[in-house]
Amino acid sequence: MTYGLPPGTRDTLPVEMSELRAAESALLDVFEMNGYQTVATPSIEFAGVASRGGNVRSDAAFRFFDDRGELLALRSDMTVSVARLAADRFVDSDTPIRLAYSGSVFRVTDPKRGEPREVRQVGVELYEAPESSDSTGTAEVIGVLGQALDAVGLDRAVIGLGNSNLFSDLMSELGYSEEAVAESLERLSRTDLVGLRDVLLTSEVGEEKARGLLELANLRGGEEALQRAGEIAAGGTQEAMNRLQETYSELETKGLSERVRFDFGLLRDPGYYTGAVFEVYDPALGRAIGGGGRYDGLMPRFGSEMRAAGFSLYLERLHTAQTAAGGGGA
Amino acid sequence: MSNAIGGTEPLRLAVAKGSLFEPTLELLEEMGLDLTAVRGDSRSLIFDLGEIQLITMRPSDVPTYIEAGAADVGVTGKDVLVEQDDRRFYELLDLGFGRCRMALAAPTQGASLEDVVLRLGAMRIATKYPRTAIRHFEKSGREVEIVEVKGSVEIAPLTGLADAIVDLVDTGRTLAENGLEIKEEISESTARLVANQVSRVLRAQQIDDLCEKLAASIR
Repeated sequence: MTYGLPPGTRDTLPVEMSELRAAESALLDVFEMNGYQTVATPSIEFAGVASRGGNVRSDAAFRFFDDRGELLALRSDMTVSVARLAADRFVDSDTPIRLAYSGSVFRVTDPKRGEPREVRQVGVELYEAPESSDSTGTAEVIGVLGQALDAVGLDRAVIGLGNSNLFSDLMSELGYSEEAVAESLERLSRTDLVGLRDVLLTSEVGEEKARGLLELANLRGGEEALQRAGEIAAGGTQEAMNRLQETYSELETKGLSERVRFDFGLLRDPGYYTGAVFEVYDPALGRAIGGGGRYDGLMPRFGSEMRAAGFSLYLERLHTAQTAAGGGGA
Repeated sequence: MSNAIGGTEPLRLAVAKGSLFEPTLELLEEMGLDLTAVRGDSRSLIFDLGEIQLITMRPSDVPTYIEAGAADVGVTGKDVLVEQDDRRFYELLDLGFGRCRMALAAPTQGASLEDVVLRLGAMRIATKYPRTAIRHFEKSGREVEIVEVKGSVEIAPLTGLADAIVDLVDTGRTLAENGLEIKEEISESTARLVANQVSRVLRAQQIDDLCEKLAASIR
């Protein structure tokens, strides 16, 4: 290696490349069969557009000035770029709009940690009218995700499903102060359950309610976990609970209940999520191979009323899982 | 794959060597695990104990293994977790033992730290915990220069490498014997149980069982 590469980047050689392409085209085929048409966006966007997602990740983008002094950014999240495309190009289109993509995103990472600076995201976006059904849209994209995982042979992969509003809604309804809610969410988003316990147990609302919330944050599993969450949230947060229940019923009819594991402590990166959140876990990998959810607040940041849901899969991680499962490409 | 995260495989438990090692072993024995193999004079670093596979490592390596999913759960100090809080792991339990303090310490005699700040603008701090140290001084609006060291940090002020140190203090004896004293306490630390984010969902039952047993033992 005479010339070398910047840390966090790498070449792809023929064998891996053909397997990656096979996986990518299997995914895009599933998306197209479900009515999701493939689009592409440029790798470079105005920095102001790229940071409109407001999530932690898009802050860690590579930024630079062009010859006219415009601040530009390499896209760090396909969902934000495709949202910009939908807002710009599908102004007067009938909803729902179904778009799919496969593209590289670039992130400032610590190369010492073995984290790549460039990864490929393959995924879908579903844009719907404001009055559309929450659970139907969410269940649709999770259904497409299930088919995609089948198509690339990841039989063991599981979809961990939660709701980004449930915990804070329940806390507010139980009478916790705004400050306590914010502090608790901060702990939960940092996945610090010990810190969450400290905040909840020192609050004046009472130990019994605190213990219920702690159980909720730690609750994960199948249908029984959903029932238990309903008991803990009894009387409160009906909206978030009903949506989860409805989503689950729709997933059951799609035959997906086996793949779905509830996780009531899951928040994902705070940023644009406004309801359902999910991540894809495969036994072969210690990190999620993809994720998504509902982000009804994203399109309004681009001046559109449409609500949105979708997911993206990390192609390289997905391929690692495939290799571990014993298969080559798709 | 032998290292796959699956339902029936033993739970891979990363255990920090050093001062937390013995109390961790005692806790596991209280849970009913037979640790004869671990306590023997084997040079092995990995031990199969039936439902649990014990992996021994440096305390500061535990978050690395947990984040990557090379271990499902792990035991290490809160000090290590705070220092590496940009890594993703779930902090599940405060195990209560291994209590010690993160503190700013400086020579008992000689120029005061206030004087150093006043005359030189910033003090030099030697530490194994740069992020923790920077955060502490930022919070209190003071500027510092951090010198990262790997070993016995107490010699830094004695040799003129730094004005003060930020380090973990247990009894304070090492400090006293090197002519140092605690100037400020930064935080308290105890041993914690952490889990990989994927294992936490895919092996929920096994991890909950472990948590329950551990929680019962420490009470």
